[in-house]
Amino acid sequence: MLTSLLPEFTVDRNEDRCIQCRVCERQCSFDVYTHDDDHDVMIHREENCVACQRCAVLCPTNALTIRNNDYTYKPNANWTREHIQDLKKQAETGGVLLTGMGCDKPHKNYWDHILINASQVTNPSIDPLREPMELRTFLGRKPDRLKMEKGKLQKIEYPGVELTTPIMFGAMSYGAISYNSFASLARAAYEYGTFFNTGEGGWPKELRKYGKATIVQCASGRFGIDLDYFNDASVVEIKIGQGAKPGIGGHLPGEKVSEHISQTRMIPQGSDAISPAPHHDIYSIEDLQMLIHALKEATDYRMPVSVKISAVHNAPAIASGMVRAGADIIVVDGIRGGTGAAPKILRDNVGIPIELALAAVDTRLRNEGIRNWASLVVSGGIRNSGDVFKAIALGADAVYIGTPALMALGCTVCQKCYTGKCAWGITTQDPYLTKRVNPEIGTRSLTNLLRAWSHEIMELLGCGGINAIESVRGNRLQLRGIGLEQWELDVLGIRGAGQ
Amino acid sequence: MSVSPAAKKKKDQAANKKIIKLDATGAYYKDLNRKIRALAQEGARKFEINNVYGQRYLGTNLWGVEDREKISIRVYGTPGSDMGAFMDGPTLEVFGNVQDATGNTMNCGRIIVHGSAGDVLGYGMRGGEIFIRGNVGYRVGIHMKEYKDKIPTIVVGGTMQDFFGEYMAGGRIIVLNKFFDDNPPLRLSYFIGTGMHGGSIFVRGDVEAHQIGAEVGISEPTDKEWKEIEKYVAKYCTIFGLEKKQVKLLKREKFWRLSAKSKRPYGTMYAY
Repeated sequence: MLTSLLPEFTVDRNEDRCIQCRVCERQCSFDVYTHDDDHDVMIHREENCVACQRCAVLCPTNALTIRNNDYTYKPNANWTREHIQDLKKQAETGGVLLTGMGCDKPHKNYWDHILINASQVTNPSIDPLREPMELRTFLGRKPDRLKMEKGKLQKIEYPGVELTTPIMFGAMSYGAISYNSFASLARAAYEYGTFFNTGEGGWPKELRKYGKATIVQCASGRFGIDLDYFNDASVVEIKIGQGAKPGIGGHLPGEKVSEHISQTRMIPQGSDAISPAPHHDIYSIEDLQMLIHALKEATDYRMPVSVKISAVHNAPAIASGMVRAGADIIVVDGIRGGTGAAPKILRDNVGIPIELALAAVDTRLRNEGIRNWASLVVSGGIRNSGDVFKAIALGADAVYIGTPALMALGCTVCQKCYTGKCAWGITTQDPYLTKRVNPEIGTRSLTNLLRAWSHEIMELLGCGGINAIESVRGNRLQLRGIGLEQWELDVLGIRGAGQ
Repeated sequence: MSVSPAAKKKKDQAANKKIIKLDATGAYYKDLNRKIRALAQEGARKFEINNVYGQRYLGTNLWGVEDREKISIRVYGTPGSDMGAFMDGPTLEVFGNVQDATGNTMNCGRIIVHGSAGDVLGYGMRGGEIFIRGNVGYRVGIHMKEYKDKIPTIVVGGTMQDFFGEYMAGGRIIVLNKFFDDNPPLRLSYFIGTGMHGGSIFVRGDVEAHQIGAEVGISEPTDKEWKEIEKYVAKYCTIFGLEKKQVKLLKREKFWRLSAKSKRPYGTMYAY
């Protein structure tokens, strides 16, 4: 079909360096490269290039450079190239535009407008290399008061889980990501003492041994769910919404439903895996309460039940309802949260930044005196340990990371997850590509990431003269805003820098 | 301590025969279900629960109980919502009506209701059988699914309401639509099978095109399917004490099969 789109990227091949080894051709899953045998040259189809950089990284002589395409339409502040290209695609197909990963629009990033405090003179800072530093985090409902009997602390009557660091791997289903990626997340979480989330695509039997590090999801599609699925895990999470696509469900296209995925999800091979937009047994907070308690019954009250929503305008009121409905953990996923596939128009326009939602939810639960009834986990746009620290100081108990974990496995955020062609072998089910993630190396990269971030969090604690993450939780005095208006400072519940 | 196979068999036989009677008057559902669980763990297999009045989640909390497919619970009264939610094996027989979300995401086992059922019956059901003597409410059989020979089945003796079999991905539902009435009074329900991409709904009585979702096709049951229908109607008769010969009176031409036009209803919805 004739397309009127310009290639987004240009491939520069330094012919002096190129040794015609054709690695680029084998590595590119988007069919950019072919070899012209008659003339013995590589041919580029640049319109297919997604700038995933797989070829450039693997080229043994660094002969390849992928650049933004310099061709431009007449500059126009209103009609940017993205708008024009998107519109043309739709005129050609009549379809909804899909995309992958989190929102890439320059909505204000509040993490970049928040600064952290440090101790000087009046309160000595602490060196985490020499002094104990506590990152252990407990998720689940906490009692209203501690009970002592004969000088001994009484056991807490609510089920909870323990994390060695307040960072977990967010929900990414087997189906959206490859088996090797999924297994790497499971193993890394298990080895490091934190959690990974299965997403809603079931949980392969051979990974059940990592149950101590597993959060399973019960989403509207109810894929791969049975009593073993819940009871082999440590936390059950009801997925209501996802930051990248609030209020809609998901479609795993039939061609991604391989034999093993069909077995894991318990649906026929090749059939679309459709998750309805709502849970059709949840149309109200009362209905949510019913499902939360059904899951508690199904697990004999042994494990906390989590409920995940996307950050929307009235998230605080909904969160209050969720907590009152019996959720032991609530998860709020912001507008920058990632996805394997979502309509672009939703990803970029629906929802609010997690920083504001987090502060508003925490404030609301505190004001209502029910903050201890549930732990608060946030996700969607956490990029580094500084963001984690700020999230916790704003009131979160822990965070989920998705995109950073995939980057540790090789992802370069080319946003083509929905095509199923991921050249890094992450968001694909093509056996030729999935081999590119080695679970041994993947596990090590992920535990490295957790170790590095955890140590940085200790440094941030130490510089503030604090030796336990618990003392930072909801401690908004540790934060100051910069370049924010008064309403933003009010929502975040922090003062401006210098105040 | 090891138990000899003979002794175990004897103990099992005794447990299978003994009916445990429980009175649910004023009982909190959590306590009632835990009591059933504890008794089942001790080996009890037959239960009769009287005066059930709104207690939820009957049959849910039996994970890890050995041979739980042998457990049968007779329920007198009106159980609460989510009866048999996530249930994996047991049989529940209710002498009365049931509320919403019965058989929610049920995996295996059987639910029999000598009355009518509320909304969202069998949501996400993955296996097992549900027999409803009377009518069912809205949103029944949403997103039922199947895998290989694990095919969930719902048989409804009476009528259905809107959004029946929405998003259905597998399994079979048979709606007898006032059994043995020669001119079945199909209540006008709408949006039947919207978003359907698998499974079959067999309805007795005429269904007009404006009542079904865009993704649904109407056809006649095949010979094989007709045999299945007869088999399930015979089961229905046995369970509810109707004469089996009545099955022979069923007129095949009154039945229609509603099924998905495509396994991929939204395959062409997206640009590239």
